[in-house]
Amino acid sequence: MNTAFKDHSELSDLFNKDEARVDWHDETLWFVRAKRDKAAHGIPEWESLREAASQIKNNVLSNLQDYLVEFEENAKKNGVTVHWAADAAEHNQIVHKILKDQGVNRLIKSKSMLTEECHLNEYLKNNGVEVIDTDLGERIVQLAEEPPSHIVLPCIHKKKEEIGDLFHEHLGTPAGMSDPVFLTAAARKHLRETFVTRKAAITGVNFAVAETGEFVVCTNEGNADMGAHLADVHIACMGIEKIIPKRNNLGVFLRLLTRSATGQPITTYSSHFRKPRPGQQMHLILVDNGRTTQLSRPDFRNSLKCIRCAACMNTCPVYRRSGGHSYHTAIAGPIGSILAPNLDMKEYADLPFASTLCGSCSNVCPVKINIHEQLYKWRQVIVKEGYAPAKKAIAMKVMEFTLSSPLIYKNAGKAGRWFMKHAPFTVNNKLNLWYDHREMPEVPKESFGEWYNKNVKND
Amino acid sequence: MTVGLFIPCYIDQFYPNAAIATLTLLKKLGVDVKYPSRQTCCGQPMANSGFEHLTQGCNDLFIDNFAEFDYVVSPSGSCVLHIKDHLHSPKEENKAVDIRKKVYELTEFLTDVLQVEKLDARFPHKVGLHQSCHGQRGLMLAQMTELVKAPFSKPLHLLNMVEGLELITLSRPDECCGFGGTFCVAEEAVSVKMGKDRVADHLNHGAEYITAADMSCLMHLEGILRRQKSNVKVLHIAEILNAQ
Repeated sequence: MNTAFKDHSELSDLFNKDEARVDWHDETLWFVRAKRDKAAHGIPEWESLREAASQIKNNVLSNLQDYLVEFEENAKKNGVTVHWAADAAEHNQIVHKILKDQGVNRLIKSKSMLTEECHLNEYLKNNGVEVIDTDLGERIVQLAEEPPSHIVLPCIHKKKEEIGDLFHEHLGTPAGMSDPVFLTAAARKHLRETFVTRKAAITGVNFAVAETGEFVVCTNEGNADMGAHLADVHIACMGIEKIIPKRNNLGVFLRLLTRSATGQPITTYSSHFRKPRPGQQMHLILVDNGRTTQLSRPDFRNSLKCIRCAACMNTCPVYRRSGGHSYHTAIAGPIGSILAPNLDMKEYADLPFASTLCGSCSNVCPVKINIHEQLYKWRQVIVKEGYAPAKKAIAMKVMEFTLSSPLIYKNAGKAGRWFMKHAPFTVNNKLNLWYDHREMPEVPKESFGEWYNKNVKND
Repeated sequence: MTVGLFIPCYIDQFYPNAAIATLTLLKKLGVDVKYPSRQTCCGQPMANSGFEHLTQGCNDLFIDNFAEFDYVVSPSGSCVLHIKDHLHSPKEENKAVDIRKKVYELTEFLTDVLQVEKLDARFPHKVGLHQSCHGQRGLMLAQMTELVKAPFSKPLHLLNMVEGLELITLSRPDECCGFGGTFCVAEEAVSVKMGKDRVADHLNHGAEYITAADMSCLMHLEGILRRQKSNVKVLHIAEILNAQ
């Protein structure tokens, strides 16, 4: 999908051309939010759990270098080969080299948002390596040649009929067949063949435990386990912020993760990988890719607490009505909008503005990231760095000029004429953008200030 | 106790009745309230658009206008939140800090400072309460559905004192309406869709009036209602709390 020249607003406009589909998308994700609420309300100590998770992650961010070194030492002791990658390119090269050294040109991959962020599939494909995603949702978007639209539910934007058509084309299921049970069984059969024939498997990492050197991968489908246990080479890819100090911290995070994500008490599989089985190679790649830069930004560092549950997406009234692809980045939604500008402020200058700052995201966040406050702060940074549209900058200057002077304000405001042109809701001077679907407010015969002067002031 | 009445610019220009109702209500409750006539805008439209650095003029004016009062009260949760979070002054930061502490949104002023338990108001209609986000999640005027915490609602507490008023329930009691300041034009498609969905929730539950503690949300919802040629009206909560 070519989204390079469209911003969030334009992409959302396209998404909203089909209102029935927007309703369906909104309802589907609201259902997930409602499940999350039910699960959270089932835990009386929910708010304390969030606070605990937040504090553990704050500790990690403040001592990241020490925990990373501790983790590396312990992982090495366990027989894991540890690699460090400064950025996406180096990460991709490391993966490719491991595969080349083993003479492998076909592999399977379970869900990993980091590899999406690094565009690993594309890189490997260009280097003659075939990648098959084994998470069902990921496999579906892979067949559709689209990026995932959601970090937990990658193909949530697709209806079952569309998935039926894709499977008909690629997996030979009967035309018109859209029964989810049937389609899942077909995918399962197709993936089984790949599991037993591929020699290398990539997995993501949800948590890496510094004190033991083990890492934990959470899936509902068991596909990470199936891949890693059958392959001769297991490559696990993780962002450096995935570290937790102790194994017992999992008692906090595993309780929060899936309740926040889908409303389940826990993922079906929470698999601990500690050492390679005899004869197997286990590689772990620690990836920075902008994380240390984000860590150095005081206002934005705590975005690195994110455990990728997507609760902020499910609750976001904008995300639900614009779809994940409108964010044109691997991690969509509110959290993506505070992570992406760190990687490329110009390309993602639109994302912090793709929010009403309603604050629901910060309230559902299981690690208490102040997402909406960071959206506000990114707006200030983006404007100061010069990435605001010129028209908007001029409109704001006009507003500043008028609103800074009571006299100019009063004269300009007479009968609302100035406001009709410059009010917040018409700020870029295109009246029609309000008026396309909304009536303008009726201008009263006098402002409150005028009324007050006549009726109250001299009482 | 002296109270400075802070009337946001768009209320001043488009919704004077909400401001008049606020003033009348406060006077009825025995408050010594004044409207400093040199006020303009809190600066939020610029700040939320990323131009907070252009708001010093507004900040200085705000401090000049309101520093002298014991309390500052406004019929807009959003503008109050902006002042609470962002009012600064390089020259008179102590005054800015003081104002940030004493600025109140109308309903919280009524419940927390005046501790109103009884209102002489009558409004025999079905009313839907729109929980404006900045008031609710920012000023915590009401408990939020995302949190596992005990429920409360300052606006509802007051509406329940109004004779004859029948509150409707909503499918999504605290979903954003999509106004969002400049968001409403910068992200027009999503803004409108959010507004239409909020309106539908109120209409589906039989609302005759939609009320809120923020007129900006209501301006957006009103724009949609009127386009749909609906008979349902919007009213600022002050107008209902002051209704006879």
